[in-house]
Order: sequence, then C-alpha cells, then structure tokens
Amino acid sequence: MKYEEAIKKYDPVIGIEVHVELGTATKMFDAAPNTFGGGPNSNITPTSLGLPGSLPVVNEKGVEYAIKIGLAMGCEIAETCRFARKNYFYPDVPKDFQTSQSDEPIAAEGQVEVELEDGTLVTVPVERAHMEEDAGKNTHIGGATGRIHGADHSLVDYNRAGVPLVEIVTHPITGTGERAPEVAAAYVRTLRDIFRALGVSEARMEQGNVRADVNVSLRESPEAPLGTRTETKNVNSFRSIERAVRFEIARQATRLEAGVSIVQETRHFHEDTGETTSGRPKSDADDYRYFPEPDLVPLTPSREWVEELRASLPELPAQKRRRLIAEWSFSDLEMRDIVNAGLLEAIEDTVSAGAKPAAARKWWTGEVARLANQEDKHPTELVTPAQIASLTGLIDEGKLNDKLAKDVLSGVVAGEGEPAEVMSARGLEIVEDTGALEAAVDEAIAANPDVVEKIKGGKMQAIGALMGPIMKATRGQADAGKAKDLILAKLGG
Amino acid sequence: MTESSAITPEQVEHLASLSRIAMGEDELNALAGDLTTILKNVARVNEVAGDDVPATSHPIALTNVLRPDVVGETLTSEQALASAPAAADDKFLVPQILGEE
Repeated sequence: MKYEEAIKKYDPVIGIEVHVELGTATKMFDAAPNTFGGGPNSNITPTSLGLPGSLPVVNEKGVEYAIKIGLAMGCEIAETCRFARKNYFYPDVPKDFQTSQSDEPIAAEGQVEVELEDGTLVTVPVERAHMEEDAGKNTHIGGATGRIHGADHSLVDYNRAGVPLVEIVTHPITGTGERAPEVAAAYVRTLRDIFRALGVSEARMEQGNVRADVNVSLRESPEAPLGTRTETKNVNSFRSIERAVRFEIARQATRLEAGVSIVQETRHFHEDTGETTSGRPKSDADDYRYFPEPDLVPLTPSREWVEELRASLPELPAQKRRRLIAEWSFSDLEMRDIVNAGLLEAIEDTVSAGAKPAAARKWWTGEVARLANQEDKHPTELVTPAQIASLTGLIDEGKLNDKLAKDVLSGVVAGEGEPAEVMSARGLEIVEDTGALEAAVDEAIAANPDVVEKIKGGKMQAIGALMGPIMKATRGQADAGKAKDLILAKLGG
Repeated sequence: MTESSAITPEQVEHLASLSRIAMGEDELNALAGDLTTILKNVARVNEVAGDDVPATSHPIALTNVLRPDVVGETLTSEQALASAPAAADDKFLVPQILGEE
C-alpha cells in the first residue's frame, strides 16, 4: 500500500528517542578524555573497562549539561534522582551493564515546539530526559561487509564506552496525520539546534553525536487505542528519519490491510533502499533487571543550582527567530527562507555591523546567493557580514546604487579588497548630483520667505530652519556644508 | 510474607538464563527455596521500618559526590589489552556474537 493511501486509512502515532553525546572534556563516570578519534583503546581508564576494583564518579559537567537540556525543554528537574544498572550482555558494554537512570530521570515532563517548513508549529510532548553512558564500538570481522551475521569474531574499541549521553524520550506524538514523517525529522532537527545553542554537544549527526530511534504505530482512528508499535533503531540523518517513518507507515498499513498483525520489534533502517527490516523481537517486558547503582550515591541538584542554570540558558533558536522577525519586520516566509538557506547568522552579524535588516537580507539571499550558487559554495564562503554591511553603507551614503554595488560585490568576491577599495579602484563611485541639491535649496528658499528675510538681515543662525526641508527633500543625503554654501551664494548673490 | 511472594523455580530459571548461568532442575528447586527464605528474612525489615522511614539504596546518607570535568590519567592500549584473552589491531577480540541464523 502506498503511503498516500495508508495515511488516508490510518492515523499514525510516532514516538522518538534521541540520544545526544555530551561535549564534556571527560567521560560520565571517569576521567578518561571524551574525544573523537585517537588510537583504539587509548581514551580509557580502568573504570571505562569495568575492571575489578574500579569505581565510577559522576562528572559534574555532565549533570549540568543534562539539567540544561531538561530546562530548555521546560522539564521539571528532579529534586533527587539516582543512577541504575541496566543489565545485559553485549561485548560493547564492558561491565555487562550500562549505567543509566531508570524510574528516576533527572528531567521529566516538558515539551519542544517544532516548526515545520511551512511555518506550522507542532508541540512535541517530552516524557523524560535521563543521563547514561555510551557503549564501545564493535567491528565485525569475517562476515560479508562488516555485518554481524556470519562474522567469525568481533573487535572492540572502548574509547566511546562511558561517554556521557542524555536520552530524551517523547510521549506518543498524536495528531500529526500525513505530516508524521516531517514532524519526526523536524523534532530531531530542533533538538539538534537546541543542543548547539546550549553548547552541550557539537551535535553532529554524521558523527553519531545525535542518534534517533523512531517508534511508529497505526490505528484506525484518533479515537482508537494505540496500535502495536515498531522501533526503528539508530536512524542517523534527518532525511533518513523522514524516510523511515514514511516507510513504516506504508509497511504497517499494508500488513493491517491484509489482516496481518504488527509484530512489536526493533527494526533497522537501510539508507540504500530506504526500507526497514526486522531486527529482534522486543517486548515491554525486556528484562534488564534495573536496580540502583550501588557505587553511585543519589543526586540532589540544589534549587539554587537549577535556577542559576535556568538563568544562564541562552536564547533558544525558536525564540530567537520569533524575536528577530519582530525586530527586523520580516515575514515568516522571509525568515524561513533565511533559516533554510543557513543565512540567519550572517544576516544577524551584518545587521550588527550596521546594515539595515532588509538590505542585509536582500544582498545575502539575492546577489551573494546567486554568485555562491554559480561557484557551488555557501554564500558565507564568498564574503563576510562586515563586507556586506559596508557595501550597503556605501549605498545608503549615495556613493553606489544597486547596479554599481553588484559590480563592487563581484570585485570583493574576486579578492580585490574591501568594498570601498574596490569602488575606488574600479572607479564606480557615483558623481554627486549637485542638481538635486540645488533644486532642494531653491525649493526651501521659495517656501520660506520669512526665514530668507532674516538671513538677508544678517541672522545667520536662521539658515538652520532651511536645512530641515532640504534634508527631507534629499532623503538625508545632502552634504550640510555644501547646502549652506549654496544658500549663501543664492541669497548673497 | 505472603505465599505469592515465594520465589518459584521458573523465576530462578528466568534469572539464570538472563545471567547466562546453566542450572539443573534440582539446582533451580533448591535455589528457589533458599531465595524464598532469604527474602522472607529480609522482609522482616519492613516490620521494623514504619512509613516514616524512606526507602534507601545506600547505607550512608551521602549525596552529590561529583568530580570536576578534568582529564586524568589513562591507560595505554598496551596496558588495556595486557590481560585480554585475545586482541588484534589494538582492540579486544571477542568470539562470534551471533551464531548462524
């Protein structure tokens, strides 16, 4: 059954688990460096390996980052919480348990406001965010193309074992209808932006800093109870998240139409085909024998600390977009185009450097984007915000018009120097139009005979009364000194 | 302690399987009995501790033991692998994880 048909017949419900690796200097429970790269098994301590006698100690920064993530989602921060052992056997977990949090997460009950491409806002309810540690990395040897099936043996690198993770779990996300795939991807993208704004993670999807597990179920109608769900594990790009949800909706609908029930299981997403395949059966009764970690004492983040962290939260991306739309008088559509083009920061910096918002937007999304497109580059690789600000400044001063400014811009892009230098070198500056100034002066004189009389009578300060109309007529571009000289020449002559 | 909280051989078998411990039927039965007795004795704590005594996971009332986020001493890969039963390419070598399916 095609997706379009599936979505007409069934109401999809999604749920997303996001793991984010925190950008701390050290691991969550030991002082081994938390760095990407390095030789295998070099960023480890006895605790990373779970050697007998080694003891974990909680990384304060890891807790701080977890609280910040919770606060950014509007969660309640637990007054007391504990770590727990999640017991299972797998070679990438050297202790035979993962240190995690079970029924006492550090943060609970929040929400994330997600903006879709067309500006539709969706509120995703968050159930919890808890702290845990990452596992090591297995490499399977001897099978086809590194797959675990058919491998003779596996090699394990524990550099990643113990890296701090925060796992964020949503409540079932309902009411998204045909936009479920889009909402899933936009939610993870929003979280990625939040992590970056908070400075708690580099949040690079391609490096596995952010990983998503996507749950999908279908039901006959929004009033019906939740259907059986599947969980597609480790989907690692926004596009893949969207494709995986879409595929699962169509696949499940096909089964249901044929009268076949959905098996509750984990599934794997395949980038090449865009399909998911069955992993292992999963039941809610997965028995991990959680129990409180005896080697770690409870955590009771003081309210003072929590409030201090709350006060230190940066402006989040969604808030920032809303504020700038108001400050800059942009339309929602204009703002969305800017964000999608990755130009928000450049335009913000250009405005800070003195440009008018509308002019900054016009140049970045217009001529600069056009030139960048020709060279297959991002606009910010061609020019700096300061250069665009001085370019628009030259236009405001009347030294350039748009056409000349484009010539100047091409010179700047070609590396000929700053806008003012290119303007001089290429001889592009507008020759001042004294005719317009003269006309404005004549008009001011004709319209203010009483002021003229005063000036003629020797009251030189009365000249000031003529300057207002002149500036107005020339839209502020008149040189005040030249205007004064002209008035005196005309009245004195 | 009520009858329903007795540990059954089936529960012990499940636990043994989760723990990857092979046990015979007589062992399962014996351990079910032992565990039931142990639980029964431990449960007497409930009779002493009233509602005003909160459940606890640690014997010492200690909280917030944290360390600053500062890199410390690490092992070299040679040290890490010194006691490994098998290694290759500076990694721990483990037996086949999944059998043929």
